[in-house]
Amino acid sequence: MAQITLSNLAHTYAPSGEQESDFALKTLNHVWQEGGAYALLGPSGCGKTTLLNIISGLIMPSHGRVLFDGTDVTDLPAEKRNIAQVFQFPVVYDTMSVRENLAFPLKNRGLARAETEARVALIAEMIGLEDILDQKARGLTTDAKQKISLGRGMVRESVNAILLDEPLTVIDPQLKWELRTQLKSLHRELGHTMIYVTHDQVEALTFADTVVMMHEGRVLQMGTPESLFETPKHTFVGHFIGSPGMNFLDASIEGNHAVINGQPVPLGANYRNPCGHTQIGIRPEYVQFTADGGLPVVVRHIEDLGHRRIVHAELERSPISVSVPEGCPFDSTMTQVRFIPEKINVFIDSWRVEGETF
Amino acid sequence: MSLELQGVSQVVDGQLHIAPTDLVLEKGTMNVLLGPTSSGKTSLMRLMAGLDKPSTGRILSSGTDVTNQRVQLRNVAMVYQEFINYPGMTVFDNIASPLRLKGQSKADIDRTVRTTAEMLKLTSILHRRPLELSGGQQQRCALARALVKGAELVLLDEPLANLDYKLREELRAEIPRIFEQAGSIFVYATTEPEEALLLGGNTATLWEGQVTQFGSTLSVYRHPESLTTARVFSDPPMNFIAVGKAADALSFNDGATVHVHDQWAGLPDGKYTLGFRAHHINIGLSEAVGSEFQAAQLRCTVVAIEATGSETFLRLRYGDAIWVAITPGLKKMAVGDSVNVWLDVTQLYFFDEAGCLVSCGDSVV
Repeated sequence: MAQITLSNLAHTYAPSGEQESDFALKTLNHVWQEGGAYALLGPSGCGKTTLLNIISGLIMPSHGRVLFDGTDVTDLPAEKRNIAQVFQFPVVYDTMSVRENLAFPLKNRGLARAETEARVALIAEMIGLEDILDQKARGLTTDAKQKISLGRGMVRESVNAILLDEPLTVIDPQLKWELRTQLKSLHRELGHTMIYVTHDQVEALTFADTVVMMHEGRVLQMGTPESLFETPKHTFVGHFIGSPGMNFLDASIEGNHAVINGQPVPLGANYRNPCGHTQIGIRPEYVQFTADGGLPVVVRHIEDLGHRRIVHAELERSPISVSVPEGCPFDSTMTQVRFIPEKINVFIDSWRVEGETF
Repeated sequence: MSLELQGVSQVVDGQLHIAPTDLVLEKGTMNVLLGPTSSGKTSLMRLMAGLDKPSTGRILSSGTDVTNQRVQLRNVAMVYQEFINYPGMTVFDNIASPLRLKGQSKADIDRTVRTTAEMLKLTSILHRRPLELSGGQQQRCALARALVKGAELVLLDEPLANLDYKLREELRAEIPRIFEQAGSIFVYATTEPEEALLLGGNTATLWEGQVTQFGSTLSVYRHPESLTTARVFSDPPMNFIAVGKAADALSFNDGATVHVHDQWAGLPDGKYTLGFRAHHINIGLSEAVGSEFQAAQLRCTVVAIEATGSETFLRLRYGDAIWVAITPGLKKMAVGDSVNVWLDVTQLYFFDEAGCLVSCGDSVV
């Protein structure tokens, strides 16, 4: 396992690219701590796969250095970096048994037989493959094959890091629960540095201790799942995290309250003379329908998800979604909403500003 | 128009792909085929489209037998998981292509393409070619082409599976509304229970080539008639526990017993499987609140904890069973902790030994 340092790292695919817009990855300085569980989260084209490929050595960065435990590995090819990778589609040898598949990376490196067997047995047990160790991989279901890929990624004790590129995308939703649990316990037991790339916020938030949210080649926020949810640094983070994402409403900010369409909305903190384009952000989970004293809305459309309903409404001309938990009454006579003041975030020109708490 | 499947089955090389199926799909409805990978969703769609011939049974379109009619003669459009467009044509020409085949006038084509493009947010990129577009735009283009065809039957085979999570959210919200306007029969295949709920309409659950239930999406979700349907239509997976009922007591494997509530008093004594969803496990209630809640209290061990920011997902071990629980907020717990959980009795499903639903929530079926 290693600590991975990115130093002034940036990448452009254009040979003579110097303009900011040419960069698939904009300048980044970061240290991935040894044994940490990280997720790189963002939409297609945000640069997350470019970053992963730079760490693994598949791409040579146009600018900056990559260090493993302080040693510069920027010029080392992928096979010399001692990294394990797991991809979106399972990579298994169909003609080999599950046991042989798991043992393959160890055998390749000449590990003693007894050690190999012990290690394979340990991994197989943790990932729930012990009952099918002697079956051929051919004919196994996709999730079983992906378990083998994960197991093979974990089997070597000495790897510097394990990189996972959308490893659960092709797995049926119900089976993801089991695989995620196993992945978490593997990380806890084995303590590898793990970097997980995904566009799926649930996977990122549930897997990682630290989520790196990327957009247009830039890291917008790095933090715990809770901080990304509660206090997104940028409106894009608020929008991307959560389903549906955060609601944004243009508002003027006057000290401890916001004003929307002439109506005051109490805030949970005090803001001094913010200037620029000011908005408040509020999660659908923190909007409540109320009989009176709230902001008037027109309900457009309701989605019933069983355990909650998502009410899509309009506040003046702005769309707003409200999450109504199962068991909470909601009917068409409810035409006003209120916000939980402590849960309101204030943004200026798309960036969150911190208020002074009372 | 209606589409009717009468005893339609498919056997390939002696293997049953689709068990004999009866289904009636009405004009202007959204019909979701929900099931895991390889449960028969695509096979069933191909039979509906006429791309494959059923081994037994008949397919009727508005009462007319079309079982032997070639797909070219049927009024069908299909959208696949992969983004399929003509790479050499602009978005405009891609959308216009089915209309040109029909020999429509230039003015008519222009009008239809522009209206559809507006609906699918393609107006600003009509002059571009598919490969210059994002995945979401490419799939919008394929959807637009399916729509302008004015087909009576539109089949969508996991159309959003290859798209980013957020794009999926956006398109999923638009699709039902776009299709409402079109008035065709829509069939939409997915592996995701939440997608079925978001699309609404009707849902047919599939398991190993068999349609296990068909009805309005929410009614199938709320009243799964069998254990199999309950499993298929639950993400996170439904939790199960074996119980025995004797007189007015319900006993669990670990010796715990609870008083049988009035609504179950009519059930015959015997063995049952209790099913409950992840949101209906309550954690960390005090003894007093729990009893008032008239819930069953059980002791579980925490196997895994995941936080999403707004909710905590827990995997709990009870005996041999592993359950998923979802609770609001962040819970301070560690793997290996022992916790008391309460099952909300108003949200329990009772399945008999044959796997049939006998009681659901507060009503006996």
